[in-house]
Amino acid sequence: MERSFLTFNNVSFQYREDYPWVLQNVTLNVKPNEWVAIIGHNGSGKSTMAKLMNGLLFPQHGSVVVDGEELAEETIWEIRKKVGMVFQNPDNQFVGTTVKDDVAFGLENHGVPREEMIKRIQQSLETVGMSSYENQEPHRLSGGQKQRVAIASVLAVSPELIIFDEATAMLDPKGRREIMNTVNHLRRERDVSIITITHDLNEVAMADRVIVMNKGEVWHEGTPREIFAKQAELTDIGLDAPFVTKLAHELKDMGLDLEMEPINHEEMLDALCKYHLKT
Amino acid sequence: MQISFKNVSYIYQPKTPFEYKALQDLSFTIPSGSFVAVIGHTGSGKSTLLQHLNGLLAPTHGEVEIGDYKIQADEKNKQLKSLREQVGVVFQYPEHQLFEETVYKDIAFGPTNFGVEKDEIDDRVERTIDSVGLSSDMLERSPFDLSGGQMRRVAIAGVLAMEPSVLVLDEPTAGLDPRGQREMMDMFYQLHRDQQLTTVLVTHSMEDALAYADYVLVMDQGQLYMEGEPLEVFHQKEALNDVGLDVPEIIEFITKFEQKFDTSMQYTNQPLSQFAEQLKNKLKGGHHDE
Repeated sequence: MERSFLTFNNVSFQYREDYPWVLQNVTLNVKPNEWVAIIGHNGSGKSTMAKLMNGLLFPQHGSVVVDGEELAEETIWEIRKKVGMVFQNPDNQFVGTTVKDDVAFGLENHGVPREEMIKRIQQSLETVGMSSYENQEPHRLSGGQKQRVAIASVLAVSPELIIFDEATAMLDPKGRREIMNTVNHLRRERDVSIITITHDLNEVAMADRVIVMNKGEVWHEGTPREIFAKQAELTDIGLDAPFVTKLAHELKDMGLDLEMEPINHEEMLDALCKYHLKT
Repeated sequence: MQISFKNVSYIYQPKTPFEYKALQDLSFTIPSGSFVAVIGHTGSGKSTLLQHLNGLLAPTHGEVEIGDYKIQADEKNKQLKSLREQVGVVFQYPEHQLFEETVYKDIAFGPTNFGVEKDEIDDRVERTIDSVGLSSDMLERSPFDLSGGQMRRVAIAGVLAMEPSVLVLDEPTAGLDPRGQREMMDMFYQLHRDQQLTTVLVTHSMEDALAYADYVLVMDQGQLYMEGEPLEVFHQKEALNDVGLDVPEIIEFITKFEQKFDTSMQYTNQPLSQFAEQLKNKLKGGHHDE
């Protein structure tokens, strides 16, 4: 069997005893170097899952295992070196007065020697394309740039899993594109697993696998293609399907059956081309 | 109420080393009763513009007119209180501003401050909770026990309880799931029509600007970069890309389709089913020469 980097075994969680269960019996795996998108309506438990992945919260039932080790008070510090997190609000995650200092912060906490630190700061800023900003004050950057610095800070610690918890939600379209390009670049350059928690369906389409949450339970998991094929059901649980999927279904309804379920513009155009040649 | 900006400039920290021109010689008119979308990348001046609409900021140069109110540079602006009764602003993440013990008190807070009679306040609370799609059973609950989406609706009800004639919305759907986003925008659109509001929507969603607005203002570097009806504006893909903006996905797709099949297609807000039909006909139609 393929090794799992992150595992949830029958995880259930509630914030207080008299509160309803936020997660119920959730079981999932994320493999090394895999990109998993988690989607679900507001209140479906997505962000709680993220917090359980690096020990900001602990489940009442079940267990969370990271790289073979179960998350517990004694293991969280080791595990947090392996699991980095980028949050939603670009303004709430800065501590340094310059971009460089900010990236250094995590490394200082982990006691990395100075020589090594300088090297890692340079490398991670380069990966996110922010090297020329290293002496800038973070608050002068655009939202997309701030999030890229936040990613660099996480990268500097060399995590094996990075969680993006709605990291593009507060950005303008350009900022969103910057972040998604950075994630794609990361995947080519480093060995790292990625989890993106998002409402943006075009971001979902880029992942290897999608986990759909509904009311605290895993509703379905599969490739983006398999998930989007369930268009009607997605709408039922408060989600939506991307434009391309909706268009494909309209075409299908009028008898124009495309060979496969396209999930982006290019695939749709190719499919239309094939149809065009056949007719 | 009609809104007009006449040569408005706004400078943060003027005559200091930190001087920053957020708005530069901005002129436009929003007719009463229209639904206007303001788009532009982060830092283009959208928020500064928005803060002029209810007198949170006064222009450094030029003049802002909202109905009969005038806000001018270098003048003491006395009627701000009554202006703020007329212009309701829903800021980003408005649920962060809830603070009262009950939903009722939170909604009633604005009108109470403006000295509205108790009976009238009761009426307004009942009406607004209904128009934001919540049940009046919730009025005695703590707003902090509600879900994020419900909290946002309570905050919006608080703005509506002022019975404004201008509604200013700063990214009202940020952070909501797709259904929540659609419901929220449909709600604003309904309010806009039922109460004949003048609505100003600041948004990053080109899809919403296309679907709901009847006019679009495009901001860049504190200036008005482009304006017009949504279809007019969104057909200028390159000009928008130049200032870091996208076009709605369907228009993006049409552009790619036209290139690939060397044809042309019109988007006129037709429903997706009709668009699919036209697409199919194009594919068939391309065959007559073979």
